[in-house]
Amino acid sequence: MVNLIATTEICTYHDVEYTFINSLGEAGLVDLKVVKKNTYIPETELQKLEKMIRMHHELEINVAGIEAIIHLLDRVEQMQEELRVLRNKVG
Amino acid sequence: MAFIDYYQVLGVDKKASEKDIKSAYRKLARKYHPDLNPNDAEAHKKFQQLNEANEVLSDAEKRKKYDQYGENWQHGAEYEQARQQQQSRGQSSGGGFGGGSSYDFEGFGSDDFSDFFQSMFGGAGGSGARGGRQVKYRGQDFNAELHLSLKEAAETHKQTLAVNGKNIRITIPAGVENGQTIKIAGHGGAGVNGGPAGDLYITFLVADDPRFKRIGSDLYAGVKLDIYTAVLGGEVTVDTLDSKVKIKVKPETQNGTKVKLKGKGLPVYKKEGQFGDLYITYEILIPTNLTEKQKKLFEEIRGESPPAP
Repeated sequence: MVNLIATTEICTYHDVEYTFINSLGEAGLVDLKVVKKNTYIPETELQKLEKMIRMHHELEINVAGIEAIIHLLDRVEQMQEELRVLRNKVG
Repeated sequence: MAFIDYYQVLGVDKKASEKDIKSAYRKLARKYHPDLNPNDAEAHKKFQQLNEANEVLSDAEKRKKYDQYGENWQHGAEYEQARQQQQSRGQSSGGGFGGGSSYDFEGFGSDDFSDFFQSMFGGAGGSGARGGRQVKYRGQDFNAELHLSLKEAAETHKQTLAVNGKNIRITIPAGVENGQTIKIAGHGGAGVNGGPAGDLYITFLVADDPRFKRIGSDLYAGVKLDIYTAVLGGEVTVDTLDSKVKIKVKPETQNGTKVKLKGKGLPVYKKEGQFGDLYITYEILIPTNLTEKQKKLFEEIRGESPPAP
């Protein structure tokens, strides 16, 4: 059973608008759950969401930009892992 | 503690406007932000530097003090003392360099500020002097260079050097390497408001000796050997760093033969009684300007010798 955190709580804590979190959900970047007409975020998604909030707040990146960056970062991390494996093989 | 040029960190001119600074910071922050550079320690370090630079240059008061104090920070200790003396005589108002609001950037706490920043502005958590508490500053570090010959570097000896108007007598251990730096704690600039004195860093510059190549505590030298001694054997006199030694040459010694003279190198740094070795390489000299008789004798030897492989 995964813990669910209310988006209203996240919005208050991080000083971010609900529309932003909703946009991330619509872009498929976070998994939002609706329970009895209230929106929640699984605890397992929190770290990812907070990273996106930082990009938005600190770097003023919009949702489209965040989407592109997340995809690129996934590829970067995948390639870093492949490199690590290859290095271990060669070393 | 090195001076940090915050303008250079942000890539802006010293006369940059607030808007320019903000724009430069934003641009670089997007490039080096840790979330955009996973597993990149260099980017993280750069990001911290950007934040620190922005913290100072985007705050009008901090920027003003940085511009006044930062460029001459090496004399900052004297400047600060003079300023404190003026304050105690009631001639100026205002607090020290510390204080200011906590920096709000997530993941960038007061521990991430450089020593330079903390010495100018105190910790980011409001440890400043606005309430009247005096901030202690560590004195600046001094750097000096000391030139030695290879022979001097081979002996433990004392030397006096002048640093910032004071004479300091130090003992230089035998075996110091070129570029080696030692720290003499507490011999830097005086601290401010009871802060500790800085340190003195002395870098030794050991000159090359034309006779030897040095690798660590070992020395390497070439020795010219006449063909007769090389072929028939004999003795040769070899220079060491501080004397000469006579060594036996085996018959039929080939060109390029290496010989190790154990313990004839340099003293090992901070290891009493231990010495490196001297390696000599023979360079056989082919005789020139032979007389007719000498040539004839060589021809005879050739006649007696087996054909070359």
